[in-house]
Amino acid sequence: MFNKLFTALCPLYLLLALSAGPAHAHKPSDSYLSLNIGQQAVHGQWDIALRDLDFAIGLDQDGNGELSWDEVRSKHADIAAYALSRLSLQADGQQCTIQAGRQLLDEHTDGAYTVLMFEAACPSMETLSVQYSLLFDVDPQHKGLLKLVNRQGIVSTAIFSPDTARQQFKLVDTGKLQQFLDYVKHGVWHIWIGFDHILFLLSLLLPAVLVTRNRKWEAGTSFRASAIDVLKIVTAFTLAHSITLTLAALQYISLPSRWVESAIAASVIVAALNNLYPLFRGRRWIVAFAFGLIHGFGFASVLSDLGLPQAALILALLGFNLGVEIGQLSIVAIFLPLSYALRGTWAYRRLVFSAGSTAIVMIAAVWLVERAFNLRLITA
Amino acid sequence: MDIRIIFAATMLAGGIAGASPYLPADGKQIVEHLPSRNDPAQREFQRLRKLLAAQPGDINSATELAQKYIDAARNDGDPRYLGYAQAVLAPWWAQARPPLAVLVLRATLLQSSHQFPAALADLGLVLKQDRDNAQAWLTRATVLQVQGQYAQAKNSCMHLYPLAPELVTTTCLSSIANLNGDAAQSYTQLVQAYKKNPAADTGIRIWVLTLLAEMAGRRGDARTAELWYRQAMQLASPDSYLLASYADFLLDQKRATEVLPLLKDKTRVDALLLRYALALRAQRAPDASAQSEALGRRFDAAMMRGDTVHQREQARYELQLKGNAAAALRLAQLNWEVQKESADARIYLEAAVAAGDAKAAAPVLAWIRQNGLQDAALAPLIARLDASGAA
Repeated sequence: MFNKLFTALCPLYLLLALSAGPAHAHKPSDSYLSLNIGQQAVHGQWDIALRDLDFAIGLDQDGNGELSWDEVRSKHADIAAYALSRLSLQADGQQCTIQAGRQLLDEHTDGAYTVLMFEAACPSMETLSVQYSLLFDVDPQHKGLLKLVNRQGIVSTAIFSPDTARQQFKLVDTGKLQQFLDYVKHGVWHIWIGFDHILFLLSLLLPAVLVTRNRKWEAGTSFRASAIDVLKIVTAFTLAHSITLTLAALQYISLPSRWVESAIAASVIVAALNNLYPLFRGRRWIVAFAFGLIHGFGFASVLSDLGLPQAALILALLGFNLGVEIGQLSIVAIFLPLSYALRGTWAYRRLVFSAGSTAIVMIAAVWLVERAFNLRLITA
Repeated sequence: MDIRIIFAATMLAGGIAGASPYLPADGKQIVEHLPSRNDPAQREFQRLRKLLAAQPGDINSATELAQKYIDAARNDGDPRYLGYAQAVLAPWWAQARPPLAVLVLRATLLQSSHQFPAALADLGLVLKQDRDNAQAWLTRATVLQVQGQYAQAKNSCMHLYPLAPELVTTTCLSSIANLNGDAAQSYTQLVQAYKKNPAADTGIRIWVLTLLAEMAGRRGDARTAELWYRQAMQLASPDSYLLASYADFLLDQKRATEVLPLLKDKTRVDALLLRYALALRAQRAPDASAQSEALGRRFDAAMMRGDTVHQREQARYELQLKGNAAAALRLAQLNWEVQKESADARIYLEAAVAAGDAKAAAPVLAWIRQNGLQDAALAPLIARLDASGAA
């Protein structure tokens, strides 16, 4: 009796040890399902672990534990039939017919996967309902990781588990205008949160309301002259960064981002330093143009981080660029009247202009060190 | 476009990208290694699966097969077997009051995915109906110990006295007392109990030896720890828990060279890949960064599926391989919410020291004092944090 109990208990005793350790150490079972929505069809790619397929339908025909490509290849039809019987796509309530394509292989972090291509013909597509039940019957801890790319190239993701086996996705075309406006918003937002661009521009604009007399800064006398100065600088900056933004976004030129980011920091230093030790005087628009070329590369990297939809590349580029200009003009629209009004005061010349420029030089110097040496000193 | 969507998309895209799909040129090429059908464990699975297929809903074959799968998950460190076990229990899984044998197994599976409160609830149900269920008391003690609820855990062990062999009860109690202010005496007691029961089952002996090695290690007695580890390693092919524990010991002893042959063929197990990468790094081996990146991809994959059971290991990865103290501290804090073992305290304090955040360490330091946790590896960390005024 005692011995019997003892044996029966054995496996669980070890749980004491187990609990303290790497309970699950391998990766659990996942599949990677990718659906690209086309005009009348869904293009699918489904990566399923060979290990899982072997458990479900048996791939290792000689059972020796070594799975050869021939063994996998000879089961391609069975794999496709098995997998696709566990995936159902419905577009606007109507079943899509799924046609299996070819199968490749790929390596994921935990081993080899079959890559099953398929096409699903769907009559119309406003909403897509996905019913996923692969492997849930033999491994309820399995998960299906979905990546869905809609017609605008916008990506959404979802996780299928036995509790969330059916999920719905809205595919409604948001419309070109909406998409364009989204990128305009991104452009405006980027210039507003991109302190390096703002500081560069402000450094160049600060002297616009002043004139030099006897090597000293004094208040300018004409609003018109100040406005023309601002216009020249803003136009030069816009023109320059638009050129490089376009070239980089269309992938004609690319520069290492560390180089670009460092150069942008350096441009801020030069622009602010010029206020303390005038080098360029009335030719600040040339500085704006020259460094504007560099800033354009910075904008381009933001745009590419946003994930450019290939289908609407030009639209996105125009929208983003327009957004940047709107964001920039709104800063100028606040800056010019304000600075013109304050230009005669001690506070403007000493605090804003001199101390401000000094502070900008220092901040930008920290950025430069951070970016050039890949450090983190302050959060920018 | 929502920034979160972009973030998720890049993560998922990374996962999906893999390398890039290809067609092997040669049909004879081996593309994957699977468990061999001739392996005794696999044959046993097959036998039981057949039995179950002939009699679906037969609770005896079902629980036996589920138990075998759980053992396999432990030995190989492969969580797929936990899913298989759950599938076998499917007819009863969702029931509020399944049969007792299923309840115990369900609790075991829940605890292995760190759903500790749910596991304790199931065990409570079992013990309400069957006060003499030794397995339930033992599993309950384990879960409570991991949670750091030592008084209740000891209470569970006490119930084993009339139900289980002395060695098991003593091990249950000593392993808790050892963390709970009684490091010296509990160790001596367990050594005596082990010596008194030389004929115990191999599995139990490995368990006891591993605990003895860890206890000796925590006392700073590396020489004795080494002897216990060697005995455990010789008894049978070591399971992934023992391998990880011994590898940690060797890494602490600056004996990284010995870790490499031990784990070279075990890197499919994330926790062992972590130790392997740490050993490579200690050796300044050229392969170190490649293995570290492979481990990073595994954590990415786990996060994509929403898993959080790796937080302790992931914190070590961030701190010891990537040098990212802030991320390590964040993970160690999340992990501490769930588990409170010595290793959990250690990575927490290490991350806090590295991040220069003595304040963050305060709750763990207080917990260590309150529970009398003694561990030679913690002492220098505590001293450093105390010096910077965390107490």
